[in-house]
Amino acid sequence: MAEIKPIKFSDEALSLCHKIMKRYPEGKQKSAILPVLHLAQAEFGGWLSAPVMDYVSSLLSIQPVEVYEVASFYSMYNLKPVGKCVIEVCRTGPCWLMGAEDLVKFIEKKLNIKEGQTTADGMFTLKTVECLASCGTAPMMQIGETYHENLTFEKCSDILDNYKAKGENVSHWRKERITNHSDIKQ
Amino acid sequence: MGRQLLINDLDKEGIATLAGYKAHGGYAALEKALKMKPEEVVSEVQKSGLRGRGGAGFPTGMKWSFIAKPPGVPRYLVCNADESEPGTFKDRYLMQRKPHILIEGMIISSFALGANTSYIYIRGEMMYQFHILEKAIQEAYDAGYLGKNILGSGYDLNLYVHCGAGAYICGEETGLIESLEGKRGNPRIKPPFPAVKGVWQCPTVVNNVETLAAVVPIINMTGDEYAKIGIGKSTGTKLISASGHINKPGVYEIELGLPVEEFLYSDQYCGGIRNGKKLKAVVAGGSSVPILPGEKLLKTPKGEPRLMSYESLSEGGFGEGTMLGSGGFIVMDEDTSVVKNLWNFTRFYHHESCGQCSPCREGTGWMEKILHKFLDGHGTMADIDLLWDIQSKIDGRTICPLGDAASWPVASAIRHFRSEFEEYVKNGENMRDIQHYYRVNNLQPA
Repeated sequence: MAEIKPIKFSDEALSLCHKIMKRYPEGKQKSAILPVLHLAQAEFGGWLSAPVMDYVSSLLSIQPVEVYEVASFYSMYNLKPVGKCVIEVCRTGPCWLMGAEDLVKFIEKKLNIKEGQTTADGMFTLKTVECLASCGTAPMMQIGETYHENLTFEKCSDILDNYKAKGENVSHWRKERITNHSDIKQ
Repeated sequence: MGRQLLINDLDKEGIATLAGYKAHGGYAALEKALKMKPEEVVSEVQKSGLRGRGGAGFPTGMKWSFIAKPPGVPRYLVCNADESEPGTFKDRYLMQRKPHILIEGMIISSFALGANTSYIYIRGEMMYQFHILEKAIQEAYDAGYLGKNILGSGYDLNLYVHCGAGAYICGEETGLIESLEGKRGNPRIKPPFPAVKGVWQCPTVVNNVETLAAVVPIINMTGDEYAKIGIGKSTGTKLISASGHINKPGVYEIELGLPVEEFLYSDQYCGGIRNGKKLKAVVAGGSSVPILPGEKLLKTPKGEPRLMSYESLSEGGFGEGTMLGSGGFIVMDEDTSVVKNLWNFTRFYHHESCGQCSPCREGTGWMEKILHKFLDGHGTMADIDLLWDIQSKIDGRTICPLGDAASWPVASAIRHFRSEFEEYVKNGENMRDIQHYYRVNNLQPA
């Protein structure tokens, strides 16, 4: 049995969460749900478990189901555990014209996984996603907040090797993102 | 090269910072606007003839004039930075390189609308740009362009960035509003329009990034002067995102009315088709608009050269024309399979359908399956008619335009490239082998 840790934000994350909530009018704190779920995903291992979503609902004083229905609607929230580094390859229109399909096959072969799977060492998860607004620099993939553009197999291979050598968790969210102006209230 | 009003000065050092932006004339429009009356600002935008740059092309000044002003109820301006129309990447480009033009445009527009709180709804995937905007907004607060009593005018504004989390449908304005309220992005039935009941049931205007940025040059040069640029009812400049099989993909700012041929083949813009190939087809305004064969794109049904403008591109209606849309210009060379490209787009709409309306929820998936059947070599002649039938029953029968957007590419592909569908039917299994013929030279099969 895995050790059960209480689900709770660090003090830093909690203060960020309150900062985000202040951006919306009194009583409309539910609006903070999308950014707070991004924060939660970064805090709790890259995915949203049911207890994490319950915790978010308690922070925002809303029902758990209001969090579940949102988390299951948006494609950026992972509802299952993922690797440290999630590779999101754009598969739509212009990227497809420029060879995204072959790029996905290349990554599948390189990492020995299929789309949607995670490598055995827990380092990479491969996802395909819809248009990421990088059509002029296709094909491309997103890892964390970084867009890797104008990819060739070679370039892609080097990038993945670099992430593997670092071995760090990569998330979309960066902590310093919320600046202080949200403390200013009318 | 025509005039550039939005992406000029990008080569100047520090243009992404407030100091650099100010050094090149930034925030002059704000100072000017705050000395005007809000109605005067609205009137300048009306005179400019500016039309929504997100895709629909609705006159911005008119949209603003619809906003309800019940006493004691706050009004909101929301910037639609949920750029997710396949083929469109101009907003990301602009926000990343010149974030202050958007912020300045938003302050002026909020002032014109009487909004004291405004939001930029940016798609969750653009976290990098989110960070850039946060930093730029902080700079604007520190310089007194945001917050209380802006530049001593007595006008207060708070501006926040709100991030989405991956949903094309949130680019539809009522879907965006639902998402901003912390819900699933299911579009609302209109009326009531957002101008009457928008976010938190308050009057709201939702405008695209490029639209709001264009307010800055309009105030600087006056609406009348702006209206002189362009052609007919397509005034001003437009950012075009060019992608696909061209020599020079990227974002270009054009004066509306530029001949399509010049845009496609001139070295100033797309630079022609790559690898010396011939042009096959173009999707001129983001994946949702009808696809056109090259010759129909370059010439109108009357045989005149087609121009990059709202009117010229739609000349000939849906039978012979297309739309300017969001300006996502996707070019396909002679080796491209239109059927497979259509399958790719249809899969996109199936994936992004919010599921509220049955025609869209069921129809997009059904069309995807049929197109897959063609690719697998099992398509029949009856399937072509079935596809036509399904798309015609989605078009116009859904709450939001996603249904229309899913049906138009199918209709236009069958209309213009029916023979290619028939080829898939006749050759059956053999078509599988050429599915990869679009491969580009620097990408060898895995």
